[in-house]
Amino acid sequence: MSLELQNIVKRVGADTHIYETSLKLEPRSFNVLLGTTLAGKTTLMQLMAGIQKPTTGKIFFKGQDVTGAAVQKRNVSMVYQQFINYPNFNVYDNIASPLRVAGMDSAEIERRVGKAAELLRLSPMLKRKPSELSGGQQQRTAIARALVKDSDLILLDEPLANLDYKLREELRDELPKLFADRDAIVIYATTEPNEALLFGGNTATMNEGRITQFGPTSATYRKPHDLLTAQVFSEPPMNTAKIEKRGNNIIIFGNQKWDAGRAAEKLADGQYTIGVRPYNVSPNKIGNTLGSFDGQVLVTEISGSESVIHTRIDNSTWISQSHGIHSMALGSTAKLYVDLDQAMFFDANNRLVS
Amino acid sequence: MKQFLKATVTTVYIVFLLLPIYWLISMSLRTTNEILDTTKFSFFPRNITFDSYNKIFTDPTWYMGYVHSLEYVGINTMISVAVALPAAYAFSRYRFLGDKHLFFWLLSNRMAPPAVFVLPFYQLYSEVGLFDTPWAVALAHTLFNVPLAVWILEGFMSGVPKELDETAFVDGYSFPRFFFRIFVPTIGAGIGVACFFCFMFSWVELLLAKNLTRIAAKPIAAIMTKTASASGYELGLLAAAGVLTIVPGAIVIYFVRNYIAKGFALGRV
Repeated sequence: MSLELQNIVKRVGADTHIYETSLKLEPRSFNVLLGTTLAGKTTLMQLMAGIQKPTTGKIFFKGQDVTGAAVQKRNVSMVYQQFINYPNFNVYDNIASPLRVAGMDSAEIERRVGKAAELLRLSPMLKRKPSELSGGQQQRTAIARALVKDSDLILLDEPLANLDYKLREELRDELPKLFADRDAIVIYATTEPNEALLFGGNTATMNEGRITQFGPTSATYRKPHDLLTAQVFSEPPMNTAKIEKRGNNIIIFGNQKWDAGRAAEKLADGQYTIGVRPYNVSPNKIGNTLGSFDGQVLVTEISGSESVIHTRIDNSTWISQSHGIHSMALGSTAKLYVDLDQAMFFDANNRLVS
Repeated sequence: MKQFLKATVTTVYIVFLLLPIYWLISMSLRTTNEILDTTKFSFFPRNITFDSYNKIFTDPTWYMGYVHSLEYVGINTMISVAVALPAAYAFSRYRFLGDKHLFFWLLSNRMAPPAVFVLPFYQLYSEVGLFDTPWAVALAHTLFNVPLAVWILEGFMSGVPKELDETAFVDGYSFPRFFFRIFVPTIGAGIGVACFFCFMFSWVELLLAKNLTRIAAKPIAAIMTKTASASGYELGLLAAAGVLTIVPGAIVIYFVRNYIAKGFALGRV
């Protein structure tokens, strides 16, 4: 029961929303679509669901061509970022609606709705209308409706984005468990790299209508094929700079000379782009091969036990994310150390070379 | 002091607003002679009489006027809203060639004076045998009410996220089932407001209603213009008919009172 997109393209008028994309999702897998807003996540999900038709290309489900099949015939569930429920139905009828449409007998409906409501802690409010629920409860109702039928494909389009922090944490823990023992392909769209890392499974990184990489989440994170993927999959944004490799050194920020470190030592001499994740940049000396620079402090965000320092160096912004509280005055100079053994290097075509 | 000012201004405003209506009711309870006796002004009727109402409720030439009016207003409201529902859905959900122009053109229909259409309607309805039926007036009024209903309903529908439609289709609803079971109840308030506006405009319209009917479908407003009889003007009767004409509007507005502001903004609040 796999889902396969073959050379899918979606154009609306003169705009291309999805550039040629092929993707194969395995049965019983949890897949994350990661990308910024307008990256095309929602469009791609709507194509998978059949709400939109691709301009060219084919979609296969269980090996069958379903490109032209209506959404009603596809047995999918979808949860949106907005809390979408039927306003004129109460919670029970909302959850039961896909089963009623399918013509299931009422005893079975009652059993299933009860189970789903139990699972999502909605049992006490089955008689209420969606407008009488809190945001979290509304979204749980929408999730219950997606769970209650045996869908082959469950699409979650940033379901937690509109919830407040506490509820988001709570539901984020629950979600993977809810979908774990289902015979379905689950696809979860998010803008937050950290969410993708928490869920595991597979991740497809998206940027401007293209899937830049697809594979197991941790592998995609640790070994992005190219700079774009690395940038999409990094929060705070990845630090980059043009460098030149010369012997055992790299020349960075115009004229600074750093040791090459483990990652760069095998590279041939020449021009590269270095990519360093913010947590490998620190005011403290952490790591074996260190490069250091003096950045001008733009802003410091201190959250609990962590400091994020934005600095300006050689006309670009470098960000450091480190443990401990490092309050730095605006405009002052911060000495930051870069763990070069953890750095990534990209060639002139932005492909990862080391 | 502020409280006092607030109460006074509001009271004065409401008194001025209701004064003509009070006077109408007061007139309807007097005899024509008392009304015409300008030498003795009195705020309250001296001898309350229900003769005028009695006449209206017993004389078929009077009460049938209300029946005819309600007939064509009812038909018109039903046609207008039934036609406007799918049109408004299309305008709210789909982008198509010239959609914005078409939408504006609809509203511009309301800008033409009804007098322009009297002659063609009269001639056309006479030819096809619709003249002097409630359908004649009902169909003529759709010219103004369908665009209005489309505008109101489009506003309410655009307030419903498109994702609701998509969720329903994903859940397996066919389009008609979704439309009638989920979408129509969701915009129930909008339908109520659209009905009210259609009702109101059709109820108060006189020119078309008067000219497209003769006897069999003569509306109350047309009957009211003919109260001069051998005994002069029957002002009491006229006032009573006026009071009864306000009643249906008041009843209808009661049901949509909470949504009426949104309706005046064509659903765009």
